[in-house]
Amino acid sequence: MYTTELGKTDGSLAQISQEDPALVEAFEARVAADEFIEPKDWMPEAYRRTLVRQISQHAHSEIVGMLPEGNWLTRAPSLRRKAVLLAKIQDEAGHGLYLYCAAETLGVSRAEMIDALHTGRAKYSTIFNYPTLTWADIGAIGWLVDGAAIMNQVPLQRTSYGPYARAMVRVCKEESFHQRQGYEIMMAMCAGTPDQKAMAQDALDRWWWPSLMMFGPPDDNSPNSAQSMRWRIKRDSNDELRQKFVDITKPQADHLGLEIPDKDLKWNEARGHYDFGAIDWEEFYAVVRGEGPVAKERMKARREAWEQGAWVRDAADAHEAKQRARASA
Amino acid sequence: MNRDFFPADTRTDSAPHGAMFDYLLRLGDDSLILCQRLTEWCGHAPALEIDLSLANIGLDLIGQATLFLNFAGAIEDRGRDGDRLAFHRDASDFRNCLLVEQPNGDFAQTMARQFLFSTAQLGLFEQLMLSTEPRIAEIAAKGVKEVRYHADLAADWIVRLGDGTDESRNRMVVGLDWCWRFIDELFLVDDVEAGLIEQGIAVDRSALRGAFDARLSSVLADAGLPAPVYPRGVRGGRAGRHSEHLGHLLATMQHLPRSYPDAVW
Amino acid sequence: MSQDWPLWEVFIRTKGGLSHRHVGSVHAPDGEMALRHARDTYTRRLEGVSLWIARSSDIVASDPDQAGALFEPAADKIYRHPTFYDIPDVVRHI
Repeated sequence: MYTTELGKTDGSLAQISQEDPALVEAFEARVAADEFIEPKDWMPEAYRRTLVRQISQHAHSEIVGMLPEGNWLTRAPSLRRKAVLLAKIQDEAGHGLYLYCAAETLGVSRAEMIDALHTGRAKYSTIFNYPTLTWADIGAIGWLVDGAAIMNQVPLQRTSYGPYARAMVRVCKEESFHQRQGYEIMMAMCAGTPDQKAMAQDALDRWWWPSLMMFGPPDDNSPNSAQSMRWRIKRDSNDELRQKFVDITKPQADHLGLEIPDKDLKWNEARGHYDFGAIDWEEFYAVVRGEGPVAKERMKARREAWEQGAWVRDAADAHEAKQRARASA
Repeated sequence: MNRDFFPADTRTDSAPHGAMFDYLLRLGDDSLILCQRLTEWCGHAPALEIDLSLANIGLDLIGQATLFLNFAGAIEDRGRDGDRLAFHRDASDFRNCLLVEQPNGDFAQTMARQFLFSTAQLGLFEQLMLSTEPRIAEIAAKGVKEVRYHADLAADWIVRLGDGTDESRNRMVVGLDWCWRFIDELFLVDDVEAGLIEQGIAVDRSALRGAFDARLSSVLADAGLPAPVYPRGVRGGRAGRHSEHLGHLLATMQHLPRSYPDAVW
Repeated sequence: MSQDWPLWEVFIRTKGGLSHRHVGSVHAPDGEMALRHARDTYTRRLEGVSLWIARSSDIVASDPDQAGALFEPAADKIYRHPTFYDIPDVVRHI
């Protein structure tokens, strides 16, 4: 998921022990009572750092996530598809912007967060390190990736940090069309020519497993989940969400007449859920380490945009300074 | 967008359809091709906020293109809708001005192109709102508010980059220099438009030049930039004689519908 | 590390008659651009009819540690609320 713990933890427990126990206790009580924590409120340093890491990782995912779809924006096959895709990618830019601003209330600047991304210190969702090879991938991303993201984001509207929760309310409201437009593309492809149907199946084949990996490592291998859940920064476990995603998505694939590429996927009457096959966690951790198929392309694109845009940002600042000097002269 | 498909029975029967069709292609293709260029920026703009601004302009333009091209298809009455016209014409059948097909270059060149085009389009739409063809008047009335924003935003950037750093000023000079030769074509009146102007359907573009030049001088003065001078402009877009750039743009844009002609997307 | 623009807070009036409400922030070099960025970021879905922006660094906020002193004294001034007063139901329009 965009917010799955991908970075290293920062030895924060040692820090906590030096904090005033009364303050920590009062803080924990407020969070346990589902109160919102606001920027100027006292908070444990570990909470602040975890939030900065999670929110900025979420923001980076939105921004890097523009690139795989942007790859097909200039080739969108109809005027309507082009307008919809442009609006969707623009939303992602907006969501990245809201999230960076939410993180900035924690005392870290956007430039610092962007620098952490560009130097490889910060992570973003593993899913965006896979290439978009055909137009059907745009459908699959909307259907699967946005579908998975929304499951994680809806509960975050009640996350304990006020600015993050408010950003998520806006994000969720705006994203409600994203998954639907993706599924609509898949429906058109599946009802289309044999070539189109084959593209749709191929897209599902390639995006299925990376989509399941988006939910993060299994719960028994997700060391900081418990603390994040106690702090209401995370509200459901990785495995719970993954199971929910599989249960919801299988009938949607059936409706399209597409086959999910997992021979172990079958309904388990006793559990009331679908069983599914083993996930290749080796691949997941490799992608987290930056070894995804197009990780280098994604980072290069973001770095170049930032570096090549520096003169524009500088020029606007210089103009503002000149205007101010003229006004006071 | 296809819901906006304009029914053929509302066309103006008194208009010469060939000229009318051509005129609508000119209006629609200008917006379509410029939108296509702006989408190339998506995910790569100098700041996140600029990515959002450029996408907004692109969305306005593709809306205009859809309305004009669907109307063109209805006027032509041969079963072609906006998509058919956008994705299945060859470069020589496109009627956009040369300016909009110019490459993005850097952000200065993109803003120079946007400023020149949007300023001219604003003058045009302000008059087209009074067109005797009600459908054109309606599209222009919707578009004029969008275009006013585009022209203002681009002018803001011309001033900031012109009056920013030495580097931004140099880049702005180069960007304007690249685009300047295509200005004349924006105000060209040919036989296609002459007849429509007489009927009050089209606008006499040549009459818009004065206000355009005045706006240009004022913005360039604010930016502290010199106006480039050219003995004569380059033209040909309105007759389908384009720059080398359009073919590449269309090869990308039309790739899917051309490769899979039977597919519905 | 490359520079970014300063931060501005964005307030939107969602429709005539309502007050402006904080919705988020944008980065911009100056007020004019901040307004444009706010428009392009926060009003893409007809969210507003009017925008305010203010430099984030110009906002003066109350200190949460003082919240008790600032706000709790209002808690016992219940006579400021209409329900504090007992008026028989038969008396109308009051």
